Amino acid sequence: MAVKSKKLNLKDKYQYLTRDMAWEPTYQKKKDIFPDEDFEGIKITDWSQWEDPFRLTMDAYWKYQAEKEKKLYAIFDAFAQNNGHQNISDARYVNALKLFLTGVSPLEHAAFQGYAKVGRQFSGAGARVACQMQAIDELRHSQTQQHAMSHYNKHFNGLHDAAYMHDRVWFLSVPKSFFDDARSAGPFEFLTAISFSFEYVLTNLLFVPFMSGAAYNGDMATVTFGFSAQSDEARHMTLGLEVIKFILEQHEDNVPIVQRWIDKWFWRGFRLLSLVSMMMDYMLPNKVMSWSEAWEVYYEQNGGALFKDLERYGIRPPKYQDVANDAKHHISHQLWGTFYQYSQATNFHTWIPGKDEMDWMSEKYPETFDKYYRPRYEHWAKEHAEGRRFYNNTLPQLCQVCQVPTLFTEMGEPTKLSHRQMKYEGERYHFCSEACCDIFKHEPEKYVQAWLPVHQIYQGNCEGGDVETVVQKYYHINIGEDNFEYVGSPDHKRWLSIKGKSSDDKTERAKRDAA
Amino acid sequence: MSQLVFIAFQDNDNARYLVEAIAEDNPEAEIQHQPAMIRIQAEKRLVINRETMEEKLGREWDVQEMLIDVISIGGNVDEDDDHFILQWT
Repeated sequence: MAVKSKKLNLKDKYQYLTRDMAWEPTYQKKKDIFPDEDFEGIKITDWSQWEDPFRLTMDAYWKYQAEKEKKLYAIFDAFAQNNGHQNISDARYVNALKLFLTGVSPLEHAAFQGYAKVGRQFSGAGARVACQMQAIDELRHSQTQQHAMSHYNKHFNGLHDAAYMHDRVWFLSVPKSFFDDARSAGPFEFLTAISFSFEYVLTNLLFVPFMSGAAYNGDMATVTFGFSAQSDEARHMTLGLEVIKFILEQHEDNVPIVQRWIDKWFWRGFRLLSLVSMMMDYMLPNKVMSWSEAWEVYYEQNGGALFKDLERYGIRPPKYQDVANDAKHHISHQLWGTFYQYSQATNFHTWIPGKDEMDWMSEKYPETFDKYYRPRYEHWAKEHAEGRRFYNNTLPQLCQVCQVPTLFTEMGEPTKLSHRQMKYEGERYHFCSEACCDIFKHEPEKYVQAWLPVHQIYQGNCEGGDVETVVQKYYHINIGEDNFEYVGSPDHKRWLSIKGKSSDDKTERAKRDAA
Repeated sequence: MSQLVFIAFQDNDNARYLVEAIAEDNPEAEIQHQPAMIRIQAEKRLVINRETMEEKLGREWDVQEMLIDVISIGGNVDEDDDHFILQWT
């Protein structure tokens, strides 16, 4: 056996290449260099207690990331060269990618900006290095996602202007405002929001079962970028957990501050992920796991284990988790039902699920689907068959905090709309839930500034007062190509021609009639 | 209440050895095969040992190589030159 070359062990290497690269400032005061470290009230007494369990140093980081990129781009090339888009389960699936590219990929870029910023704001070297690596990871995710989906952009509509849409389109203000809220908070709140609540507690729901679903629907490019991104995520999640433990161990005064952030950011993340619930249950033609099953595994089970571990610091589970747990039986259906009505204003198509899909939902949601949601779809399908495809022309009331239309129902009362309102300095504000109202009450001066798309349209700030002008001119959504019903859309026709069928195909029509 | 740790890998050739090594060193672990991925969960603790991996692979193996194939984890991480441990304390 070859003699092992003498090299530093992991702990020493990490010490030399991370902590020992930092220095104590002498001609400037530390407080002037890191001015944002105190104002949130978090007390740090000893930065040297910061632990990075992966002990990843910059040299190893580049080595492993380079290897991940090589594997990833080999698959992208193979996917494009072999016209991989022709092998997906059904073109309806591509609509999930449209939502991903406009709703999620820009968040990766926002995360890059966020970590680059907070990485400058901590006086501890370990935290700065971890944030620097994560900033580079997030930039990579944003880029690889755009590269992966650029192939689909050659063959399908609605993928042509994602970054532009992200800043303007009504439902994209939900993800955008989520990250803007986090990035405009202090550095410790940002880490609690993104590293802990979002990365550790919630992102598994997007990147694990949804990506596994992408594979099951024949999309090798997406599953590969998803899992490649998530492999960085394993590091980010570890950072998220260490951040929380570090802050809590530093001073007991930090506990109530962190608890409030956990309550807030769990709820903000849960509302954001309602988009993923719909992607999983409705936009994956081949089903892997329902949203409620994913929620049980990745939140109730894994989150339960996590919060049990944090009990010793005096942390309890998020305040409104019971509401979220109850909502797992409803949110995907309530959200899809809403998007179905507003397809005239989205860059993706919607449709009534086929008979097999509805049966799957009855099986996965035995208490709720047949009782509350199937009748609605059957009604809309009938209307559509009679030439009256339903579109709702009234703009929805948005929640002042999460910016989701007030479409969700009360816990335990699935026919009662959840709505709260309050007055602040003479103005009335509306909320989707008690939780969002709570968040507002604590920082009203922040949330009164929210850019609510519906209000902006009515105020005349979106290039016109009617939906058609806003959609075309302000959103850059091509009317009749990107939006409206899936059945009969250009994407649908293109897919039928790929599969060698005409749009008059009898089986297609029969399927539509059955629905 | 049960407190599970978990790790998920891409279902690829590298991961095959990782899964074999984990199954050997953690006989209580439950291995779930899902599309394109393998998820392994265990009560409280899961360990990957470098020594077992090197036996399986027939070559030297750096614990950090698992970073290439891992998808996600749940639990507190303890890593050094000889092992990668996930645990709830």
